Amino acid sequence: MKTLTALVPLLPFISFLVIGLFFKRIPKLLTSVLACGTVLISFIFSIILFVDLKNGGTATNVTLFDWLPSANANIGFSLVVDQLSSLMLLVVTGVGFLIHVYSIGYMHDDEGFNRFFSYLNLFVFSMLILVMGSNYLMMFIGWEGVGLCSYLLIGFWFKNQDYNNAAKKAFIMNRIGDLGFLLGMFMLYIQFKSLDFNTIFSQTGQFQTGDTFITIATLLLFVGAIGKSAQIPLFTWLPDAMAGPTPVSALIHAATMVTAGIYMVARSHALYILAPTTLLIISLIGIATAIVAATIAIYQNDIKKVLAYSTVSQLGYMFIGLGAGAFTGAMFHLTTHAFFKALLFLAAGSVIHALGGEQDIRKMGGLKKKIPITWLVFLMGTIAISGIPPFSGFFSKDEILLHVYVQNKIIWALGILGSMMTAFYMFRLLFLTFFGSFRGTEDQKHHLHESPAVMTVPLIILAILSVIGGFINIPAVFGGASSLNNFLSPVFGTTQTSAPEVSHGTELGLMAIAVVGALALIAFAWARFVKANRIPAGEETQRYGLENILYHKYYIDEIYNLLIEKPILFLSSLLHKIDVFVIDRIVNEFGSVTVWLGARARLVQTGNIGFYLVAMVLSIVAFLVFGLMI
Amino acid sequence: MLTISLILLPLIVSVLLFFMKGQKASQQIALLATLAELAIALIAFTGFDKSLAVNYPLLIDWLPKMGFSFSLGMDGISLLLVMLTAVLTPFIILSTFNRENKLPASFYALVLMMQAALVGVFTSQDGLLFYVFWELALIPIYFICGLWGGENKVQITLKFFIYTMVGSLFMLAALIWLYTKTPAPHQFGIKNLLLVIPTLSPVEQAWLFAAFVLAFAIKMPLFPFHSWQPDTYTVAPPAGSMLLAGIMLKMGIYGLLRFVLPFRGNTLSTYGPVVIVLALIGLIYGSIIAIKQQEIKRLIAYSSFAHVGLMAAAAFALTRDALAGTIFQMLSHGVNIVALFFVADIIQRRTNTTQISELGGIAKQAPRFAVFFMIAMLGSVALPLTNGFIGEFLMLVGLAQYSMAVAAVAGISIILGAVYMFWLYQRTMYGETKPASESFTDLTSTEMLVAVPLIILIVVMGVYPKPLLEIAQPAITEILKYIH
Repeated sequence: MKTLTALVPLLPFISFLVIGLFFKRIPKLLTSVLACGTVLISFIFSIILFVDLKNGGTATNVTLFDWLPSANANIGFSLVVDQLSSLMLLVVTGVGFLIHVYSIGYMHDDEGFNRFFSYLNLFVFSMLILVMGSNYLMMFIGWEGVGLCSYLLIGFWFKNQDYNNAAKKAFIMNRIGDLGFLLGMFMLYIQFKSLDFNTIFSQTGQFQTGDTFITIATLLLFVGAIGKSAQIPLFTWLPDAMAGPTPVSALIHAATMVTAGIYMVARSHALYILAPTTLLIISLIGIATAIVAATIAIYQNDIKKVLAYSTVSQLGYMFIGLGAGAFTGAMFHLTTHAFFKALLFLAAGSVIHALGGEQDIRKMGGLKKKIPITWLVFLMGTIAISGIPPFSGFFSKDEILLHVYVQNKIIWALGILGSMMTAFYMFRLLFLTFFGSFRGTEDQKHHLHESPAVMTVPLIILAILSVIGGFINIPAVFGGASSLNNFLSPVFGTTQTSAPEVSHGTELGLMAIAVVGALALIAFAWARFVKANRIPAGEETQRYGLENILYHKYYIDEIYNLLIEKPILFLSSLLHKIDVFVIDRIVNEFGSVTVWLGARARLVQTGNIGFYLVAMVLSIVAFLVFGLMI
Repeated sequence: MLTISLILLPLIVSVLLFFMKGQKASQQIALLATLAELAIALIAFTGFDKSLAVNYPLLIDWLPKMGFSFSLGMDGISLLLVMLTAVLTPFIILSTFNRENKLPASFYALVLMMQAALVGVFTSQDGLLFYVFWELALIPIYFICGLWGGENKVQITLKFFIYTMVGSLFMLAALIWLYTKTPAPHQFGIKNLLLVIPTLSPVEQAWLFAAFVLAFAIKMPLFPFHSWQPDTYTVAPPAGSMLLAGIMLKMGIYGLLRFVLPFRGNTLSTYGPVVIVLALIGLIYGSIIAIKQQEIKRLIAYSSFAHVGLMAAAAFALTRDALAGTIFQMLSHGVNIVALFFVADIIQRRTNTTQISELGGIAKQAPRFAVFFMIAMLGSVALPLTNGFIGEFLMLVGLAQYSMAVAAVAGISIILGAVYMFWLYQRTMYGETKPASESFTDLTSTEMLVAVPLIILIVVMGVYPKPLLEIAQPAITEILKYIH
C-alpha cells in the first residue's frame, strides 16, 4: 500500500517531466498515451487504496523524505491516504482521466498539444499532493502548485494578453488567499509545534469551543479557501479563468482545484468545529456567494461564463454545508458536482467545438438535432445540477440543505431560493443552446458536427455518473444506507451532526419544496425561452435597473479596479518619484556639499583614483599606528 | 590550509591574468580557476565538522604587538557563503562567454580578485582582516562597473563607491573603538571584540550599533540607504550586477549576523525594532515601486532591495527559524538573482534593449529560454518546492514568532512579488511578438551550461534543503547564545 500511495502522485509527475523535457520531439500519440495512461494507472491504484479502506483497512502514511527541518518540527514530505483523501483521489484521478482523454480530441489541432498535456499532468500531480499531504505544508505545496498550473493553463494561448491578464489575476487573487493560509499555518505551527494533521488534531482537546486562538487560526485558513474556491470577495478571477481551454475549465475550475478550499476545511474539521464563529462566517460567505453568483448567471450570455458563475454558486453551497457542520454533505456535493460540472463544461466544449469557437448562446439555438449526444448529456447534467430526483445533484444538495434547515432557517430559505435560480439559469442555458432555430452564420451551420468518440465517450461516462452519482449516499428516508457517511465516519467521527433531528415527514416536505420550486422555475424558463422564443438582447442594448447591474456583474471588477488596482499603480509611480527626487536627492546633496568643501582643499586632490586608493591605504596604516600608540 | 587556498587560488590567478591578453585564453583560465575553487569548496563542504566552532582555522601572527593576526576559519554560516561564492562565480564567468569584451583578461582578473576578497570577508576571524577584505572587495567591483558598464557609468559607479566607502568607515571606527576596549594587550579577533560589547555603557553600545548597522545597511542596501542600488545594478555589466546582487550584498547581511546580533540585551531590544521597521518599509516600498518599473534590470534591482529587507527584518526577529531562513535565503537569493540577471543579459544581447515596452512574445520564439525564465521567476516569488520558498517560509514563520502583525505586513510582499514578477514575465514573454524580439533565438549550448545548473539548484534546494539548513544550525545556536 505504501508503494501504491507514493506512486499515485509520482506517475503523473514523471509523465510531466518526460513530456515537458522532450516536448519538441515527442509525437502526439506518445504524449496522449503517456499523459492519459499515467493518470489511468493512478486511478486504478486509487481504486485499490479505496477498496482497501472500504473493507476496513486503516489509513496509509508514507514519509518520502525529511523536507524542511525547522526549530519546532521536522516537516516531512509525507503523504496520507485515509477515507477523506481516498475519496478525493478517486475524484481527481477518475474525473481527471476522463478529461485527459477528452482533451486528446479537443486539443488535437493545437500546436501546443504537448505543452498542454505536460501542464495538465503537472496539475494532477499538484492536486494529488494537495489532497494527499499529511501536513499543512504539504497541502500548501499542492495549494500553490495547482495555482501555478491554473495560471499556466488559463494563459495557455499566451498570444492574447486578455487571457494573460485573466491568468495573472487568478494567480494574484489566489496569492491574497494564500497569505491568509500561511498566517493561519504560522499560528498552528507556533501553538502546536507541528504542522502535521494528526499531531495537531489530537491536541485540540485542550481548547474550549469558541476559543479565540482557534477562531482566528481557522478564519485565516479560511481566507485561503476563499481565494482558492472563489468565494466573496475573491471570486472574480474564476469567471475570467474561462479564457483557458475548456478541458481546463472542467478539470481545474470546476471539478478539482476550486474544491480545494472545501477539502481543506473538511480536513481541518477538528479545528473548525471548535470555532462556531468561523463556521457562521463560512455559512454567511457561502450563502452570499451562492446567491450573488446565481443572480449574475441569469443574465450571462457566454456559455462558459454561465457555467463559471454556476460553479462559484455551487461552491457556495458546499461552504454552507461546511458551515452547518455537514462535512460529509459538503464532500458529497463536491463529488457529484465534480461529475455534473465536468460534464457540463466538457459538453459546452463539444458545443464550442461544433460551432468553431463560438461561445455566445445568442448565436446558438436548435443544436438538439445536430449534436444529439452532446445535447443528451448536457440535459443530464442540467437536470442533475437543478436538483431533480433521482439525479445526483438532488441528493447532495438536499443533504446540505437539510443540515442547514436544522441550524438556520433563513440561510435555508435563501438556499432554496438560490437552487431555484440555478434551475432557471441552467435551463435557460439549455433552451437557448439546443432549442429553437439556429442563430449562427450559414458557414457555422454548414460545419456543424458531433464531436469524435474520444470526446463523446468521456461525456457519456460522466453523464452516467451525474445520473447515478447520488446513490453513493442515499439517505435513510429513502431506505438508503448513507454509505458515504459511513465510509467517511473514521475521519469525521462524531464531529459532525450526521443525522439531523428532523422527522422523515419534515425531511420529505423540505425536499418537496426544493423540487417543486425548481420545477416551477424550469417551467418558467421553458415558457420564456422555448414557447415565447425570447433571445437575450445584444451587447449594445441599453439595460436598466437590476438587470443592468446583474448584466454587469454588480460592477465588482470595476470597483476593484478603482479601489485597489488604480491606487496601487498610482502609489508605485509616486513612491518611485519620491525615491528619485527626495531620497536620492538628499544623498546627492551630501555629495555636493562635500564637493563644495573639497573645492577648498583641491590642491591635494589630483582626481586620480589610484591616488585616492593610496591615500586610503595610508590612512589605514595611520589608524594602525594610532592603535599601536594606545 | 583549505581556507587560505580558497583565497590564494583566485588571487594568484587574478594577478597572472593581469599580464595576459586575449579573450579565449583568459576566460578559459578564469573558468578553470573558479572550477578548481569550487572543487576545493566542495571538499571543505564535505569535510565540514558541525561539532567544531571553527573549521579549517588558520592563524598567522601579523602584527602581534597590535593583536592583529591573519586569522581565518569557517563556521556554518561562513561555509555556506563561501559555497555560494564558489558555486556562483563559475556561472558568472560562463555567462560572459561569447560576448565581446574590451580588455578581457583584466575583466576576469578583477572577477577573480573579487572572489578572493569575498571569501576573505566570509572567513575572516579577525576584525581588522575582515575590514581589509571588505574594502578590498570594493576595488574590483568598482573597476568592473566603471570600465565595462553602460551609460553614465563613471558617475554612477563613483557614487556607489563613495557611498559604501563612507559606510565602511563607520564600521572601521566601530571596530577600532571595540579594539581599544579589549583588555590589554588589545586584540582584534572577532571573538574578542564581541566579548567587549556587553561591558560597554548603553550610550557607547548605541553608537556602535548605529555605526555597524549603517555600514551594513548601505551595503545591502536597507531603506533609506538604497538609492545607489537601482542605478548601479542597471549600469553595471551583467557579470557586475550578478556579483553585486548575488554575492556582495550578502556581505551586509553577514555583517549583521556577525557583528550586530551579538549586541545582546537592551541595545538590541531597543534598536533592533528600528531596523525591523526600516527593513519592512523597504520591503513594501521596494515591492510597490517594482510594479511600475519599465526596465528589466531596474525592476530586478527593486525586487532585490525588497527581498533583502525581508532578510534583515528576519535577522532581527532573533528566532531560530528566522535566522535559518535568513541564512538560507542568502543562498537562494544569490542563485535566483544571478538567474534573473542572466535572463536580462540574454534579452539585452538578443534585442539590444531591456525596456519592457519594446519586448513581447519571446516565449513563442524561445521556449527553452521561457522555461528558464519561468523557473527563475518562480524561485523569486517563493513557490513551494523552489529554493525561495524555504527561505521565505522560515523567515516569515520566524517573524510570526516575533510578532504576528510583522509577519502579516511582511507577508504582503509575497502578493506584491507575484504582481511585479508575473507582470514582467507576461509583458516580455507573452503576447504578440514585437519587432525587437522577432528574431529571438533560443538558448545556445553555452547558455544552457549556465541555465540548466541554475534551474537544478533552484529546484534541488527547494526540494531537499535539509543538508544546507543543518550546516547552519550550530552557528545559529552560537548567535542565539550571545543574545540570551
